[in-house]
Amino acid sequence: MTRYGWIRLGIVVAFFGWLEAIARLGYVKRQTLIPPSEMVTSLVDILSTGRMNHDIQATLLTVAAALCSAVSVGFVAGVILHRLPPLRRLMDPLFAAYYAVPHFVFYPIFIVLFGMTRVPLVILGFLFAVVAMIINTMNGLDRIPRVLIKVARTNRLGPVQTAWYIVLPSTAPYLFTGIKLSVAYSFIGVIAGEFILSGIGIGHQIAYAYDNFDNRTMYGLLLFILGLVTTVNMSLWSYEQRLLRRRSRG
Amino acid sequence: MRDRLIHIGSVLLFVFAVWQVLHWITGSIAVTSPAETVNRLAEMMRTPDFWGHARETMAAFSQALAIALGGGLLIGLVLGGWRPAGLVFEPILIAIYSIPKVTLYPVILLMFGLGLSAKVAFGAIHGIIPVAIFTLNAVRSLNPVYLRAARSMRLSPSQMALKILIPATLPEIVTGFRIGFSLTLLGSLIGELFASQRGLGFLIMRAVNVYDVKSIFAVTLLIAGVAIAVNSAMLALDQRLHRRM
Repeated sequence: MTRYGWIRLGIVVAFFGWLEAIARLGYVKRQTLIPPSEMVTSLVDILSTGRMNHDIQATLLTVAAALCSAVSVGFVAGVILHRLPPLRRLMDPLFAAYYAVPHFVFYPIFIVLFGMTRVPLVILGFLFAVVAMIINTMNGLDRIPRVLIKVARTNRLGPVQTAWYIVLPSTAPYLFTGIKLSVAYSFIGVIAGEFILSGIGIGHQIAYAYDNFDNRTMYGLLLFILGLVTTVNMSLWSYEQRLLRRRSRG
Repeated sequence: MRDRLIHIGSVLLFVFAVWQVLHWITGSIAVTSPAETVNRLAEMMRTPDFWGHARETMAAFSQALAIALGGGLLIGLVLGGWRPAGLVFEPILIAIYSIPKVTLYPVILLMFGLGLSAKVAFGAIHGIIPVAIFTLNAVRSLNPVYLRAARSMRLSPSQMALKILIPATLPEIVTGFRIGFSLTLLGSLIGELFASQRGLGFLIMRAVNVYDVKSIFAVTLLIAGVAIAVNSAMLALDQRLHRRM
């Protein structure tokens, strides 16, 4: 690890040490914050007794469904819009403002349409993630170096070969960014939906624990979510760095 | 200018056409028609009660925005100007940026209680990080030739800021502000949706609880309209600044 990495680690450790100290010494009330060490023991407790397994499984499956549909639909829509510039000019301002509209307000309407199942949550996660995927797909297609297209033409590659050997490798970093954002957004969509109204899932259990002043469980579950999302993000990030290094080596 | 107006008109026409078709497919139980929704919005806007809620949302949002923009700018300038600090803190900022902040809502409520300050805090934590990251990168990637030129011309610190620093970093900072604006709005609205007794988000939640689809769509139309208008204006400014560079 670099020198800066060590300093960074030191700062993070000091921050959690400070939280632990102010919580233990009673500078903040237990009703507000519990010491980080207790969050960890609570999480270990939750995972070892398996009492939340059902909720964790439900949330993860819902996120996976939202993610897969957002990535595939977003990719196809991005390709189509890239091919149809007039339609794209129509959609561009809407995409630019898309994330300023709070989609959560439509959640109750999805519940009326599809019932209290997991479907409304999948749709919520999908709606939140799909536009990030569309935008990044179009960005990637815009930035294929023209010389590569010419190379394909001089080598008389067919459309399938062009897609496989030229388009896919040169858009890969952008597609990867789209997938990375989709992961984060589908988590946000699903968990926020579970907060608002749901009978099962991690978000529901956090809201339930909050309502019952059960801070131990609440912070344990929060730690689980944040740990999970950070781990996923970090592994995607390091994979991306590896890809980029390979590319720069040629 | 005329092309621009035609473009905006066709975008609006497209949105309303898709909306109307959705209404025909699902019926008023799920999607009220554009005409009904606009009528309902006009009706709501005639009541003084509505403007009280709108003012509340504006108050929460503008305070959150001031914190997000001011704080983000300050953090970005310090971390961008002082290289070691930037190298230490940038990954931390990016990690915080990518965590789902919705999940932190109960924690914010426990710290700030129900009310205005929780909404402000929630809006601000959504917006402050992107502003900081964009400012940091703008300052860091400042062309060193500019700084050397400024030094050889013996510019005073204030001239330095006015003639070099601000013009060179402005486009990136405006991009950061644009994203910060959207996220702060999202954050403060989510705050109102989850737990609040006042504001436009509360109006939506009240409509949700009695399943008043018309009002849900009316308030959402207003919020979306304002958000899209401000965002488009900032995007136009953003693109103009980037072209000038």
